[in-house]
Amino acid sequence: MGFPHKPHPRETTVLSEHFGEAEARSLDGWKSRGGYRALEQALGMDPLAIQAVVKESGLRGRGGAGFPTGLKWSFMKIGDGKPHYLCCNADESEPGTFKDREIMRWTPHALIEGCAIAAHAIGAETAYIYIRGEFTEPLDVMERAVDEARRAGVIGKNAMGSGKRVDVWVHKGAGAYICGEETALMNSLEGKRGNPRIKPPFPAAAGLFGMPTTINNVETLAAVPPILVNGGEWYKKMGRADNPKSTGTKLWSVCGNVMRPGNYEVEMGFPFKEFLYDLCGGPPKGRKFKAVIPGGSSVPIITMAEAEAAVMDYEGMVAVGTMLGSAGCIVMDDAQSIPRQVARLARFYAHESCAQCTQCREGTAWTTKILERMVAGGGTTEDLDTLMDLADDMTGKTICVLSDSCAAPVVSGLQKFRSEFEALITRKTVHTVPAIVA
Amino acid sequence: MADTPLVNLTIEGRTVSVPAGTSILEAAKTVGVLIPHYCYHPGLPVAGVCRMCLVDVEEAPKLAPACATAVAEGQVVNVHAEKARDARKGVLEMLLINHPLDCPICDQSGECELQDYTYQEGRADSRYREPKRFNPVEDFGGDVMYVPNRCILCTRCVRFMDDVAHDAVLNVSERGDRATIGKFEGKDLTHAWAGNVIDLCPVGALLSKDFLNKARSWELDRTASVCSGCSQGCNMTVETRDNAVVRLRPRPNAEVNEFFLCDHGRLNYRWMNRGDRLEAPSVRGASGPRATDWDVALAVAAQALKGKTVFVLASPNLSNEALFFLSRIMKAAGGRGAFRIEQGPEAPLAGVDDLALRADRAANGRGAELLGFERSTTPLAGVSAGDAVIIADHDLTADDAAHLSRASTIVLVSTFMPSALTRADVILPIGNHVEEEGTFTNLRGRVQRFLQARAAPGMARPSWYVLADLSAALGDRLNVMTGAQAFAALAASEPAFAGPSYDTLGLRGAAVAGATAGAAS
Repeated sequence: MGFPHKPHPRETTVLSEHFGEAEARSLDGWKSRGGYRALEQALGMDPLAIQAVVKESGLRGRGGAGFPTGLKWSFMKIGDGKPHYLCCNADESEPGTFKDREIMRWTPHALIEGCAIAAHAIGAETAYIYIRGEFTEPLDVMERAVDEARRAGVIGKNAMGSGKRVDVWVHKGAGAYICGEETALMNSLEGKRGNPRIKPPFPAAAGLFGMPTTINNVETLAAVPPILVNGGEWYKKMGRADNPKSTGTKLWSVCGNVMRPGNYEVEMGFPFKEFLYDLCGGPPKGRKFKAVIPGGSSVPIITMAEAEAAVMDYEGMVAVGTMLGSAGCIVMDDAQSIPRQVARLARFYAHESCAQCTQCREGTAWTTKILERMVAGGGTTEDLDTLMDLADDMTGKTICVLSDSCAAPVVSGLQKFRSEFEALITRKTVHTVPAIVA
Repeated sequence: MADTPLVNLTIEGRTVSVPAGTSILEAAKTVGVLIPHYCYHPGLPVAGVCRMCLVDVEEAPKLAPACATAVAEGQVVNVHAEKARDARKGVLEMLLINHPLDCPICDQSGECELQDYTYQEGRADSRYREPKRFNPVEDFGGDVMYVPNRCILCTRCVRFMDDVAHDAVLNVSERGDRATIGKFEGKDLTHAWAGNVIDLCPVGALLSKDFLNKARSWELDRTASVCSGCSQGCNMTVETRDNAVVRLRPRPNAEVNEFFLCDHGRLNYRWMNRGDRLEAPSVRGASGPRATDWDVALAVAAQALKGKTVFVLASPNLSNEALFFLSRIMKAAGGRGAFRIEQGPEAPLAGVDDLALRADRAANGRGAELLGFERSTTPLAGVSAGDAVIIADHDLTADDAAHLSRASTIVLVSTFMPSALTRADVILPIGNHVEEEGTFTNLRGRVQRFLQARAAPGMARPSWYVLADLSAALGDRLNVMTGAQAFAALAASEPAFAGPSYDTLGLRGAAVAGATAGAAS
């Protein structure tokens, strides 16, 4: 957990080890904690050798899609004569997710180091860190850290005296969820409206400014320096022995009805039940867990029975019908109304739809209106069919997956908690909240 | 494109062979399959946002947007697969949930793609039970009015202004279902080509203020024509209702104007309906002009011209055919001819090669020059004492009128009576550009046909017919009864027009070698 509490003994602190240590934010403080050794080492390595280490580590994208990082880097054709770019996606805006914020707040140099290594590994001289507009404190910390690193020559024209150029720039977003979608982020960086682009072409072919681009999440990049220092084999060992596809550690942001919300770093494959009851302290007294959205608001809701059987890695979450996503874990106890929570999520997506694709622009708003009418006691049984139909229209038919993300909690909520929706319709009652036992 | 390899695929059971890189949507067109779409337009960059053109491509994991998916070898595309139809049905339902369904009072009704596809494959009813979103009508400047409630946010208008006009005026404002088309601060649709957004809009969201509530689209008769607003020669459609021209719209021609027509040309139609027309042939009597029949008028005119040097003042908006007979009359009499072209500022459409509203604000200056008429700002300065002057549909300034005092005879072959003209020995009324068929030669030497869109008033006859008759009355008989024969006679005797016929010109015209040579480029 790191901050403000001490880590739980069952946590494995690779990324969060220095959370809460104010000195770690400075260049000297970071160096005294072993920082920038990895960069020094990387600048002396062939880009392909760095890619090989990352491939061996099994590191996968921590932003939500879980794409193998080393493989993504290998799509960049080094020496093709074009400028390459690295984008760091720090537009952490998935509801329930707040891990990147902590990395940037406490260990900004871990991210800068990761960016610089990754830039070198993909043949880029420029890295852009695109920070969510609402992240005022992380923005301030990052800007100061980048400035310090640049003045010390750690990055810049002659990074760490290696003769190699690695520039890192911090860019502040203007407050749009969709700018966390990789191609919308690039449009936004270019000064355009943050609308996702049609793929293909993929960023590795034509990304930022039309040039080959790799985009990685903050947590992914922050994990690169320790992998380089300790080796891919070291990172690969963390995780379930029977599942080599998910390796290393993962930061989980936990919020909602748990006794100890916060960020937790555990090895891949950690038992979800133990995590929720032991590390997170279980539900408030007098209440019981009801449902969990384990990977940020875009992934399907699972019941407590499903959650208790789950293990915390990419495959483990898929096995119970959901996804690891960005590991923004939203926990709901028996006091919560699922229709109300789903309506709230839908409202978020309706607000954030970029308005390009018809199904998303109209579908998210329509879904929200139906759900809010139901919650207010005006629902009909036909609404349930309409919601499912709309969800189908909104899944897999648009440029990006925002509308799919709006449909996911609706479908899973209706499938797993249909009785709550029906109760709203037939009894026209609003649910009652069980009292918390003192 | 010749060296682009061909790709073979199957669309709706038809075998298609198209160059690599072609979209499925365009490939389908080549075999007569129209894939429903809104945001896609061949003259604009692909946006892929309406999601209406989703089709099933066998072995692909998801439905593919046909506009944004390139053809691939061996692809099997099912436009009407059940899941594709379902997806499009969903799109149509969503496009209509906030739509006011006010077709009875909407100008677009009858030519609305939202109507068409909804009838074709939409739901008969809506499941939407919530209040509809409402936004007020907005004046976008120029000739354009925006009705946001009907807008489907296809962004064709935005892309036209950004990528074709290169004048960023429009944008998508706000997001989610609050999004509308907006204008950038302090900007209006005053670009010379901005009116095209009205035609590009597939629904009734962008409307012409000029055409507003004038006619229902199904009442209109449409005729292929060529714009006479300048020397560019944009292809257009003349739309008439009860013999009155009510709207001009672009007619696609990749060689000339792509899909576009400028605002100057588009709004340049009121003169076509003018009421103060010359309607009967007449000769000068003791107390002014006296109406008579055509035979008498032509005989009197021939008599008046015979034996004199003929000076011709020819309008640069006359057809090649009319100018041809004028030039024959002029040359037979050893005369001269001239014309004046009104000038205006040139306004290019940046995104299309060689397309502009030209400074020369007349359609056929090039044709007139090829047929021996001289361009001049004082066209009548060359009239010598005793000359016979033929004024052919050309307006007169006070200065022109002063030169006319030297003329011995004046024959007026015209649609109207020039206000500065004090006397005419014979008046021969003719049809205007939309009342007859003919051809214009544009500034690059491209000869293009236009057809008759409305009936000429009174006894007026096609200009080339009248002039052929006058020429015959002077002894030069070419036996011309139709526009095609008039053009054939022109092509046979003028090297600049040798080669084509009405049949080979078709409705898109052709660059004619003799007319192209020496044209400005």
